[in-house]
Amino acid sequence: MSSIRMICAISAVALVAAGCASTKLEEKPAPVVEQSKPPPPPPPAPAPPPVAKVEAPPPPPVDPLNDPNGILAKRSVYFDFDKSLIKSDYQSLIEAHGRYLVEHAARQVRIEGNCDERGGREYNLALAQRRADAVRERMELVGVVAARIETVSFGKEKPKASGHDETAWAENRRADIVYR
Amino acid sequence: MSKTCARPTLYNSLVLLVALAAAAASGRSSAQMSVEITGVGSQQYPIAVASFKTEGSPQQDVAAIVRADLTRSGQFRMVDAGEAAVAEDERVDLTQWRSRGADTLVVGSIAQLADGHFDVRFRLYDNVKNTQLDGLAFVAPAGELRLTAHRIADRIYEKLTGDKGVFATRIAYVVEFSRTAYELQIADADGANSQTALRSREPIISPIWSPDGTLLAYVSFETHKPVVYVHTLATGTRRAVANFKGSNSAPAFSPDGKTMAVVLTKDGNSELYLIGIDGSNPRRLTVNDAIDTEPFFSADGAWIYFTSDRGGSPQIYRMPASGGDAQRVTFNGDYNISPRVSPDGRMLAYVARRNDLFQIEVLDIGLGQELTVTDTVKDESPSFAPNGRLLLYATEVAGRGILALASTDGRARARITGPSGDIREPAWGPYLK
Repeated sequence: MSSIRMICAISAVALVAAGCASTKLEEKPAPVVEQSKPPPPPPPAPAPPPVAKVEAPPPPPVDPLNDPNGILAKRSVYFDFDKSLIKSDYQSLIEAHGRYLVEHAARQVRIEGNCDERGGREYNLALAQRRADAVRERMELVGVVAARIETVSFGKEKPKASGHDETAWAENRRADIVYR
Repeated sequence: MSKTCARPTLYNSLVLLVALAAAAASGRSSAQMSVEITGVGSQQYPIAVASFKTEGSPQQDVAAIVRADLTRSGQFRMVDAGEAAVAEDERVDLTQWRSRGADTLVVGSIAQLADGHFDVRFRLYDNVKNTQLDGLAFVAPAGELRLTAHRIADRIYEKLTGDKGVFATRIAYVVEFSRTAYELQIADADGANSQTALRSREPIISPIWSPDGTLLAYVSFETHKPVVYVHTLATGTRRAVANFKGSNSAPAFSPDGKTMAVVLTKDGNSELYLIGIDGSNPRRLTVNDAIDTEPFFSADGAWIYFTSDRGGSPQIYRMPASGGDAQRVTFNGDYNISPRVSPDGRMLAYVARRNDLFQIEVLDIGLGQELTVTDTVKDESPSFAPNGRLLLYATEVAGRGILALASTDGRARARITGPSGDIREPAWGPYLK
């Protein structure tokens, strides 16, 4: 659990009645979406060839998470307005991530829920949390232990698309799967 | 429409209060907010506020601040008092002031003392009854002259309307300057004298004052998830008081200031918990599959009002603050959120979505009558003034986030815009001690 990081008071401003000082948060780097991946294992040492035979060594195994063309490259799940139901188009995607997590026991994942801009901030925070939780529940179905998943909500506070039309809203009704 | 009224009754029109300090009345110009009045009360008291007799060099024009406060309350009509200063101890001909159209008159004096402080005195006269209604002397350091002016305006307001004034209170709100620049600011109730309490690259939402006005609790996303902080204003020190796995949000102080209600997702979906204001001893209040959020204590501490979609759509419920069964409070429409109870416990303000418009409603809890009090349509986050007469809320006009005011009878209204950025998430602070 991350505690408060990097906080420093910059100025104590005398205030009228109850004093008030100003606190500035230090700038922090952008969220690390994907941290160090395990180094690929070295290729197996070729056995001494008893007979000369021309053959290329097998390619090192690739972490399927890093395959730009694989299903795991897709990490966003989209929702209908005011809904947290997982649409059928996204079930195989979520289950693929779930299976990957089952096979890679060291990986942790965070699911971040988002909403479009319509509605109250705190209620939208709860709605977007419900979307993240729906993705988590689907992952649990394929065997991921809940402790390895954290679901958090950004509500409508961090919209990816900044427009005010259905195209932007649809982009923002989303849960992102973020590997840690 | 402005009726002469020598003896104002308690229940005439409600006020509308916040406004910019007139530029001349303010020492600050950089972050000045401006106010547009869009509705006034049905009755206005004609009053003259003469310039104060001044010795020394005060940095504030006290009479101008008093005039600005009263004028922008929507409940007073300012009668021109001319240029001449009238000292607090001067003999004044009240009949002559009455003949100029002023039912009441304010006069005053400011004198700098040897230690640099200012002696500020005023008198309030009833020109109709030819009597003095009030008179008081303050000794204030130079830095508190604005506050002293607000206190004088509060005295005048209370004498004439019967309601306690809220000019000498403060408000907190959030400004988004860009997607990577957010500030939690505090200002006088007139929007002047703004100061930054917290600056962050990530969003800040849901600020709320402790009952004694010394602390602000809020939700900050600075660690890339919602975490509840409590911030001591005098020192600028702050601590995360709810930073559990999942999301932490929607803080509310109990009236005794010892406990907070928060929303945590650590055990499942969004549920209400009570915690100590240091984050200690979390105790779960709700257990169900629905969303439970936005807790708010009634002033007597007996109830927690909150938003829940347990009935299929978001509605406002209340439950005993000690826990127990919830009762549904709102029944009109299919979207009622963000409950705030008035200080006297008789009214509930909330945001309703009707026909895709988001507006502030005020419900008379005893009578069950609901009134739309705003003329804006993207309203959020209502907050009662400590005297219960006005609501401060956030809305959007012409694509910009602004603050606005509405009296609880829906008559008086004003819009408050800042120099830059989107303003939102207002919270009206308590009376200053």
